Amino acid sequence: MWWRSASFILDRQQHQNRTVAPSPESFLLSSPPPMADSPLNPKSNISAYYQTRAAHHAVVTSDWLAQAQAAVGRHSDDDGSLGDDKGAAPIGGGGGGGGEEEGSGKAFSVIDEFNSWRKQPALAEAVAAIRALAAVIRTSEATTMMELEIELKKASDSLKSWDTTSISLTAGCDLFMLYVTRTSALEYEDFNSAKSRLIERAEKFGEISCKARRIIAMLSQDFIFDGCTILVHGFSRVVLEVLKTAAENKKHFRVLCTEGRPDRTGLRFSNELAKLDVPVKLLIDSAVAYTMDEVDVVHFGADGVVESGGIINMMGTFQIALVAHSMNKPVYVAAESYKFARHYPLDQKDMSPARRPIDFGVPIPSKVEVETSARDYTPPQYLTLLFTDLGVLTPSVISDELIQLYL
Amino acid sequence: MDPRRTARTVSDPKVRQVGFFTPAPPERSISDPPRFQDPIQPPSPSSTQVNDQSPSGNSLSPVMIPPAHHHSDNFLRTALQATSPPKAFSYSAKTVTIPPENEDVASSFSPGRKVVSAKSPSSFPGVKASSVPASELTTVSVVNLPPGISEKAGGASVEVQNDRPVSAKTLKEKTSKAERRALQEAQRAAKAAAKAEGTKASSAASKVVTSANTKPSKATKPSSQKNDGSQVAASEKKGGDRAPEKDRKKDAPHPRMQYDDKSRVEKAKKRAVVKQTEARNRVELFRHLPQYEHGTQLPDLETKFFELDPMHPAVYKVGLQYLSGDIRGGNARCIAMFQAFKEAIKDYSTPPEKTLIRDLTARISSYVSFLIECRPLSISMGNAIKFLKNRIAKLPLALSESEAKSTLMLDIDRFINEKIILSEKVIVKHAVTKIRDGDVLLTYGASSVVEMILLHAHELGKHFRVVVVDSRPKLEGQLLLRRLVRKGLSCTYTHVNAVSCIMQDVTRVFLGASSVLSNGTVYSRVGTACVAMVAQAFRVPVLVCCEAYKFHERVQLDSICFNELGNPDAISKVQGREEINYLDGFVNQENLQLLNLIYDATPSDYVSMVITDYGMIPPTSVPVIVREYRRDHLWS
Repeated sequence: MWWRSASFILDRQQHQNRTVAPSPESFLLSSPPPMADSPLNPKSNISAYYQTRAAHHAVVTSDWLAQAQAAVGRHSDDDGSLGDDKGAAPIGGGGGGGGEEEGSGKAFSVIDEFNSWRKQPALAEAVAAIRALAAVIRTSEATTMMELEIELKKASDSLKSWDTTSISLTAGCDLFMLYVTRTSALEYEDFNSAKSRLIERAEKFGEISCKARRIIAMLSQDFIFDGCTILVHGFSRVVLEVLKTAAENKKHFRVLCTEGRPDRTGLRFSNELAKLDVPVKLLIDSAVAYTMDEVDVVHFGADGVVESGGIINMMGTFQIALVAHSMNKPVYVAAESYKFARHYPLDQKDMSPARRPIDFGVPIPSKVEVETSARDYTPPQYLTLLFTDLGVLTPSVISDELIQLYL
Repeated sequence: MDPRRTARTVSDPKVRQVGFFTPAPPERSISDPPRFQDPIQPPSPSSTQVNDQSPSGNSLSPVMIPPAHHHSDNFLRTALQATSPPKAFSYSAKTVTIPPENEDVASSFSPGRKVVSAKSPSSFPGVKASSVPASELTTVSVVNLPPGISEKAGGASVEVQNDRPVSAKTLKEKTSKAERRALQEAQRAAKAAAKAEGTKASSAASKVVTSANTKPSKATKPSSQKNDGSQVAASEKKGGDRAPEKDRKKDAPHPRMQYDDKSRVEKAKKRAVVKQTEARNRVELFRHLPQYEHGTQLPDLETKFFELDPMHPAVYKVGLQYLSGDIRGGNARCIAMFQAFKEAIKDYSTPPEKTLIRDLTARISSYVSFLIECRPLSISMGNAIKFLKNRIAKLPLALSESEAKSTLMLDIDRFINEKIILSEKVIVKHAVTKIRDGDVLLTYGASSVVEMILLHAHELGKHFRVVVVDSRPKLEGQLLLRRLVRKGLSCTYTHVNAVSCIMQDVTRVFLGASSVLSNGTVYSRVGTACVAMVAQAFRVPVLVCCEAYKFHERVQLDSICFNELGNPDAISKVQGREEINYLDGFVNQENLQLLNLIYDATPSDYVSMVITDYGMIPPTSVPVIVREYRRDHLWS
């Protein structure tokens, strides 16, 4: 029991080794990448996670407003159909099963399933993964518990290796596996009822994960006061939910949005806020220090929350946190608990690299190197509080929760 | 058998500070004689039983709380005694009778003479009631207790048993599983012992009770109220949600032996096996730590080899090895100790008319106190001893001697394998993931785990450089360096004086630790804090590798309160360099004080990560590990 953490490391090594094989084909399978140049270099290790984010939240073309509008329309449609989706989940699962019948391998169907869920902008990647894994259980033809477990493990491994740069995907899969397989009830029942119980648990877990954003929004309301100025960075669905709830609660606040280069997710975010009639101001990324003295609170989302209590987030988060820290502004992070990952980066380079193409608008001379990393690590000492669905936590409690979740 | 027995009971309490390195407080030795003269505590076996367990309880306490704590406990008890009977009827009467039973525990805790003092007889009639044979009892209880209680008390001899379910129920919410089990254990032992000593106790008890009997009739209620005054009221209010007696006792740590307290040192010396002469010129700030003239004890001990009758030769050997410094390093010392204990258990046979559990615990205690005299215990050893004692205490009574012995030996093997050897491997696995090609790793002193990490990373074919930082006087780094260089690692060797120069090209600092404390403080070889601080200043991540069994619940803010003093000669002289003799003839000067500290405390701010067998955690999560796993894996 107590050395389980070691196996975690082993797992990681294994799926790192496995990464090489499935990634090229998975790129072919993945949803059409929005970036024009990404098909050009399918072999380079471009982070699928950041591509998806860019596809959902970034503004690439000049008519970004129209596109954003369209996206929002789709978004609200999805929201409306989300309930249906939940009800119709077996159908989706059936689709996955069909894919599996015609397809050659299990891994394919999981990833297809995952991708189909992933296309919804409102759905977090981890939740998509959870749904895909639930579909695996549903369509599984295994006849024993062990078989099912192995199948599930395989599926989650292939999902994890499909995109190693996505922390929430890995964490979501790990948590799902723990949540689903760790029920003592499984041992006493016959296979079918055990299986239905697994599906039940899987659905419950998916629901919990879906509700997480709401819970966080409710929890964070105490920290937004009338007349405050909030600085946000990038496009975070949780932060948007937080601010939306605050606006619904008739709080008066002002938001400063960074531009969020290179995919300019900040533009999209400011657009969303403008629709809510919240006063918004756009900043270029380098104007953060300049405006910091009028900021009361800094709000971040997170791609992953790591064991030290720090966060891994879109590039630029760390420097904003540094500026905020030096000016004694509170830095809040909103993150769902399925983003908690058992990673412990010691410094910026101590993570598996997540690359993303950067468009500078002008051709870059071949001799010039471009830093293409998509994310950075913000150490815990620069964060004030984390709003999670487990409650409002200080960074040092994260490891406590992680130990309880995983060990 | 008897002389030996007293000797053992005297050394018995020493176990209490096992958590760290001070020999027994003399206070305990006083409490023992009265135990024989004054059978007021007939379940005295139970009290010893509790004593035997209390080491864990005591060193469990995270913060030093003044021992005065006990008295307030007594007050609370008194309050319960005094106030509840008039109001309470049959049910609450039951609950009232629980405290006395616990009270024995409490009074055994305070010096024995206290029980005889005027206060306790007057204020605790109830205590007497439960612990004294029936006939006398009724006379006491009829006077001042409602009928419900006298009925109850009438069955005094069985009472321990009767109360158990009730107490268990009331304690359930507050006590953990382990504690409840310990309580039951204590009660069971008390019952067994009460039968054995019943005859002796009852005859003596009658005397005492009659003397006590004169007072209670008028004194009970008023006196207790007068005595306790406001404290009673205050503590009573909280009484409901207070943790039970046993719990609170754990909170109050035992006063550690302070070596600047002359009278206590004298007493401690009297029972010491190893006669150590104390060094004279000690640094003011560290007077409370033991410091001896080195080199004098070894021959002395050797001559005593055949006189030390209760000491097992294996233990004796290990003790001598500690003394001479042949075995050092937390893990090595711990393993050596456990192997010696294993030998001792193998050769152990229960003396007639004794129970294995109690006798063996006492014997282990005496071994431990011998080892402490040789060299203060490390925290890891303290934890290991706690584990072993707990194992002994939890042995099922039904087990035969040979079964019990083999179980214990298996437990010891399991501890060594799982907690030390395996966890080292797991740590290595974790730590290796943090070493990248091109790294420059710095380590200080010689830590066995760090050595394993470096060698393993080398085996994996990673390309890195190692900087071994060392310091006088032990120069342990050279040993490490020798082994690394032999394996073909590229190394740099330097002394701690140069650490600030070398730090700028270092990318990771790997440190071993003697212990990691609850506030994340790393307690390690002196000089570690300095290296960590320099690393922090250069923004180099500091990784501390420490097995989870070395974690300790204590909080320590400086390296003054608890530390170990080494041989001052080691720093005043330089081996092999005769020409450096500036201090010759000055060593015994009144105005020269030499300080050779062994350990220091690194604040958690300087530590980026603690690598332990549960994974890589921030130093702030050490208490989580202690809380979550200590109880499950070590104590149960």
